[in-house]
Amino acid sequence: MNRNRYVARAANVAARMIGGEMMIMSGADSSLYSLNETASILWQAADGVTPLAQIVEKHICGDYAVDPAMALRDAEELSEELARHGILLLSDDPLPDSGPPSKASP
Amino acid sequence: MTAAAARSRADIGIGRITVGVRSSNEAFLQLLEERYAGFIERTASPDYEFEVELTPPGEGSADDDVRVYRKNGRWQLERGDFCAEWDPAARRGRIRQSANPYSIDTVLRIVHTLVLAREGGFLLHAASAVRKGKAFVFAGVSGAGKTTLSRMAPADADVLSDEISYLRKEAGGYYAYGTPFAGELARVGENLRAPLATVYLLNQGAENRVSSMGKAEAARGILTNTLFFAADVELVQAVFLSALELVERVPVRRLTFLPETGIWELIQ
Repeated sequence: MNRNRYVARAANVAARMIGGEMMIMSGADSSLYSLNETASILWQAADGVTPLAQIVEKHICGDYAVDPAMALRDAEELSEELARHGILLLSDDPLPDSGPPSKASP
Repeated sequence: MTAAAARSRADIGIGRITVGVRSSNEAFLQLLEERYAGFIERTASPDYEFEVELTPPGEGSADDDVRVYRKNGRWQLERGDFCAEWDPAARRGRIRQSANPYSIDTVLRIVHTLVLAREGGFLLHAASAVRKGKAFVFAGVSGAGKTTLSRMAPADADVLSDEISYLRKEAGGYYAYGTPFAGELARVGENLRAPLATVYLLNQGAENRVSSMGKAEAARGILTNTLFFAADVELVQAVFLSALELVERVPVRRLTFLPETGIWELIQ
């Protein structure tokens, strides 16, 4: 994938990190999603303005021994899946101020 | 309150919140007094008040989905068998329904969910009971064993509900309250309140066992059983965060059990 893609947390969700997992609930239908550690990292970094490739490089490849191309491919698949559920926005253009701040438990 | 006013309204107090249901139909008010026996209060000024307009029986179906949404600052509560509007600022509302107690029961559940959401509380699909001054909650989907556990409660336990548990955050921690929201036992709970000691997530199995669980698993279990009526982001966020705060502050355990009375020996 050679284009920049941007991800942003949807505004109509409730989200919080607990027990090492990001719990996300849709405000539209109360569907519950829980993200594993790496998916949580992606979610928290999804500010709408940082390209997905940069998020993967900085937050995932930097901390995990993974192949960068494979990590980006996995991140794109995850982003597309979360976008299908309406809890993440995915765009070829930046999405400034599109979602709620990420919240982590104390 | 005058005698005439008292006859025109049934005040139903659940979780220290009193909802006055006003109707000109005395038979309907009598029905409510019987349905909510143990939760009927006599107050000059209920916290919230609803005027009920009764419609002919058979209009609409209780099997339809519930719709709860905000319109011009007022909550709209709709199902096939009722239509209600509630102005939380004015603390007043109107309900259009037949003289069916199940309709008003659903309205009350929704109203309490909306009120509790602002106070860090929520309703949970769970049985609950008080024993030795402490409340225990048993959460699970239909068929998980809520009614079975309630039926097996020992003589020194007071069942708060076999279906819908009422949890409030108060100074000093969380409290469970009795509710008249009955499940298969078709029996209202005891109108009591006690500090919440433990939430158990039910799982019927081949043995009686209490096991610990991680925060994430506990959160999933609680959220899966939390009542969310409205497609309203603000409300969902409030209830969601309340449920997760409870997980942080109250022990949540997995309770695997055989349907036998010995299970209560593990509850402490």
